[in-house]
Amino acid sequence: MIEVIEVADIPLWAAILTSLLLLIGSGLTLIGAVGLLRLGSFYERVHAPTLGTTLGIGSVLIASMLFFSVLQTRPVLHELLIAAFMVVTTPITLTLLARAALYRDRREGNEEVPARRG
Amino acid sequence: MSAELLGWSIFISQIFLGLAMVLAAVRVLWGPRAQDRVLALDTVYVIAATLLLTFGIRTGGTLYFEAALVIALLGFVGTAALAKFLMRGEVIE
Amino acid sequence: MIRRWLPYPLLTAGLVVMWLLLNESVGPGAILIGAVLALLASRALTALEPPTTSFRRPYAALKLAFVVFVEIVRSNNAVARIILRKGTRGRRAGFVLIPLQSRNPYCLTALACIITATPGTIWVEYHSSDNTMLLHVLDLIDEQQWVEIITQRYEKRLMEIFE
Repeated sequence: MIEVIEVADIPLWAAILTSLLLLIGSGLTLIGAVGLLRLGSFYERVHAPTLGTTLGIGSVLIASMLFFSVLQTRPVLHELLIAAFMVVTTPITLTLLARAALYRDRREGNEEVPARRG
Repeated sequence: MSAELLGWSIFISQIFLGLAMVLAAVRVLWGPRAQDRVLALDTVYVIAATLLLTFGIRTGGTLYFEAALVIALLGFVGTAALAKFLMRGEVIE
Repeated sequence: MIRRWLPYPLLTAGLVVMWLLLNESVGPGAILIGAVLALLASRALTALEPPTTSFRRPYAALKLAFVVFVEIVRSNNAVARIILRKGTRGRRAGFVLIPLQSRNPYCLTALACIITATPGTIWVEYHSSDNTMLLHVLDLIDEQQWVEIITQRYEKRLMEIFE
C-alpha cells in the first residue's frame, strides 16, 4: 500500500492521537465541501467552508505538530504560523466575499437581501 | 503497528481531502454566480494546504510545510483581490 | 527614546517569535536578525499611523479566547449536522441587524473576526451612521437571541479588553 518510512518508531499513543486528529480534520473539511455543494443559496454556502478553515485545518495542524515533535523528540511548532495566518485571513476573505455578494444582489434589485442603510 | 495505523489513517484522510477538493471544484465549475466560484476557489486553496500537510506527515519531510504556507498566503491574496474585483470591477481603485 | 525605537512592543515581540518559528531555531543569529527585522517592520508601521488603543487585561483576553474556542468546536458540530441533514425542514437562514455599543475599531475588528470564524455566523456589513452590523446566520431561530449572544457574550468582553 503506502510506504511510511520514518514513522516506524513513533509510540502507539502518538500514532493513535495523530490518526484521530487527521481523520477529524479531513472529515470536517469533506463535510464543509459537501455543504458547499448541497446548500441552496450563496449566503448559506458561505458558512460551509468555515468548517475546513477552523477545525478542519486546525486538527491537521495539531496532528502535524504532534507527529513531528514526537518523531524528532523536540518541540516542532512552526505549524502555529499557518494557524495564526488562517485565524487572521479567513474572516477577511469571507466578509469581503459576503459584502461583494450583497453589493451585487442589491445592484440587481434582488428582493431577498436587506436594503442599504445609511 | 503504529506505522500501519498511521499509514491507513493518512491514506483515508487524503482520500477525504481529495474528494473534498473535487466537490469544491465542481462548485467552481457550476457557479452559478461569480461569488460562488470565488468562494469555492478559496475552499480549494484551503483544502490544498491541508492536503500538503498530510503529505508532510506521510513522508516525514518538512518541505511540505513551507509549500502549505505559501499556498495559504497565495489563496488569501487571490481571494481578497477577486472579492474586491466583484465589488467594484477593479482591483485597485 | 524607547517610544521612538519601540513604538509597538507587542507587535515587535510577535514578529520576533514569528521569525524564530519560521527558522526553527533559537540561536543567537536567528534572534539577532529577527530583532532587527521586527524593529524595522514595526517602525515602518508608524508611517501608516494606526489608531491608538489600550490593550489591558490579558487574562480577560485569554478567557475570551477559550470561550471562542469552545464556541467554534460547538458550532462546527452544529453546522456539520445541518449539512448532513436531509432537506431544509425546520431551518431558516437569514439576516439579523445587530445594534452595537462600541465604536473602537480594534474592538469591532476583533468582533468581526470572532463572528466570522465561528461556523454558522458571518459578519456581512457595518453601518457607521447608526453603529449597527448586519449578521447572517445559517440556523436562525430567534433574532433577539442572536442580538444578546453577540452583545453579551462577545462585545461586552471585548470592550473590557480594549477600552
